[in-house]
Amino acid sequence: MSSKTELELARIEREHALFLLREMLRIRRFEEKAIEMYSLGHIRGFLHLYIGEEAVAAGAMQSLTRDDNIVATYREHGQALARGIAAGSLMAEMYGKSTGCSRGRGGSMHFFDASRRFYGGYAIVGGGLPIAVGLALADKMLARRAVTACFFGDGAVAEGEFHESMNLAALWKLPVLFLCENNLYAMGTALARHQSQTDIHLKAEAYGVISETVDGMDVLAVESAVRRAAEFVRESGHPFLLEIRTYRFRAHSMADPDLYRTKEEIEEWKKRDPISVFEAYLRELGMLADDDVVRIEAEVAAEIDEAVAFAEAGTWEPVEDLLMDVYTTTGLPD
Amino acid sequence: MPPITLLEAIRQGISEEMERDSRVFVLGEDVGIYGGAFKLTEGFIEKFGAERVIDTPISESAIVGAACGAAMMGMRPVAEMQFIDFISCCFDVLTNYAAKSRYRQGVGIPIVVRGPCGGGVHGGPFHSQNVEAFFLNTPGLKMVEPSTPYDAKGLIKAAIRDDDPVLFFEHKLLYRNPKIKQEVPEEDYIVPIGKAAIRREGRDITVVTYGAMVYTAMEAAERLEEEGIEMEVIDLRTLQPFDREAVIESVKKTSKVIILHEATRTGGMAGEITAVINEEAFEYLDGPVMRVTAIDTPVPYAPPLEEFFLPQVADVLKAARALARY
Repeated sequence: MSSKTELELARIEREHALFLLREMLRIRRFEEKAIEMYSLGHIRGFLHLYIGEEAVAAGAMQSLTRDDNIVATYREHGQALARGIAAGSLMAEMYGKSTGCSRGRGGSMHFFDASRRFYGGYAIVGGGLPIAVGLALADKMLARRAVTACFFGDGAVAEGEFHESMNLAALWKLPVLFLCENNLYAMGTALARHQSQTDIHLKAEAYGVISETVDGMDVLAVESAVRRAAEFVRESGHPFLLEIRTYRFRAHSMADPDLYRTKEEIEEWKKRDPISVFEAYLRELGMLADDDVVRIEAEVAAEIDEAVAFAEAGTWEPVEDLLMDVYTTTGLPD
Repeated sequence: MPPITLLEAIRQGISEEMERDSRVFVLGEDVGIYGGAFKLTEGFIEKFGAERVIDTPISESAIVGAACGAAMMGMRPVAEMQFIDFISCCFDVLTNYAAKSRYRQGVGIPIVVRGPCGGGVHGGPFHSQNVEAFFLNTPGLKMVEPSTPYDAKGLIKAAIRDDDPVLFFEHKLLYRNPKIKQEVPEEDYIVPIGKAAIRREGRDITVVTYGAMVYTAMEAAERLEEEGIEMEVIDLRTLQPFDREAVIESVKKTSKVIILHEATRTGGMAGEITAVINEEAFEYLDGPVMRVTAIDTPVPYAPPLEEFFLPQVADVLKAARALARY
């Protein structure tokens, strides 16, 4: 956790601190509800949870404006919630309902909301990076002063698309904020087993891209690092790579027995739980009382319950509509 | 207007679209200062500037990925593959992203990915392929392959204006072939995507084909005429979605069909068209639907081997004579 001096420098206000706590709790409780609904069979397919990484999305999203673009991965529930997409439309998407943010056509890995410039979860590792370059290219061509924030995992840096995209963004001076969520595992393969250079941020140097690392378990540190990085990208129009070091407490997906890491390692990281550590810190500063926690939890619980109700009330897309939007014209030859 | 080559027709089509619509831009390896490996975009950078004629690194994923992102923001990118064979390097972006975006999230990706295809120039296994079958099994992509300058210009303009991703295949053997030069209208026109053209009418046998093979079919048709066999030649022009109506109408008339393409045989366009004919016009058939295609091997480099590999007029004649006797 940040020292008091850093905190003073950040001029953290109680209201904002409680907001960040609340954002992280919204993500945590949403994910816990997703587990429940998955085990009840309401959510099908593949489910990748963000539990443990909440400080990343909650901290990062604070410096991104409504005009900025977001590109995320298949573990994107946290970013979508922090971006302000209604929890109900996300839950409905996971239920497969037509009221979901992708009309039930995508599911957990494919959240999308163009109205919030949330240009998608990408279920192919590394796939979002060249798209982010294109969003930024268009912004530059259209003289829009926006930042494209592109989240990706440590696994993605092994893909050619990472290297092609870093090079293009630097070569063409495009305002892309590359946000690497390094949770130390490419699914079940540890970082040191899949990267020759485990300090991911160092890869940026080869492309002439400025980079930094930040503790992804500390929401204030993430917020402040992303603010600086986003300002740099916005002012200079150049890309920036921020490596955010984090950890997922749950397995890769619901299907993963999590046998590639030790219980001790997981327990050690859980001591750095971004929510409980931040909560304790705010209590220590006298910014947070039991009443506040009870109130925030109740509000979050109500939001999640409402999201579930919204998902359950949603309808399925009729099969007659299946051909719709495969092409612009629905009249495919029969 | 003097007659122009197929390459010049495509050049004019892109250039006119760039003049008409400021959202249209081109990007690719050496498309700017070099003018394109085949010089198709020669002069573009002087005319439209480096911001709309973008030289890229050799990064096909990033080229097409960036085109997709820009298209999502309202631009109309035309990305060049220096040789269409290199499209395999951006397979993920095309099949998982461009093809599915509209379906998945309601946001279309109006890009054109174009490049030279085809053999007959001794380019060997990596500079001679026809890649349509790689993408035929991916709903959401359109595929076009013109055989004449008139169609090439009209189709590239239609492709750029289309709201769906379009793969545009240009047979390199036709690029500068003086025999197929054509006058094209001065005024703006398009050739609609999804419509075939009947190149020659006939009542005995239908040949369904596209690209450079149209000329192989036409030559075969002339030879067969001397034998009293009238062959109808259908140029698909659009491969996906192909003009079923035109194919079925012709089959109903002739009752005998050859499908001719330069791409290899297994899992190709010919198999798909055959299946559609079986489903929709089985009772009209008086013989088996026959395929004349390249052989199922990589494209060989050695000239005699390549000639054997590629479908020739003689192969069409053989199939047609067998069908005529059937």
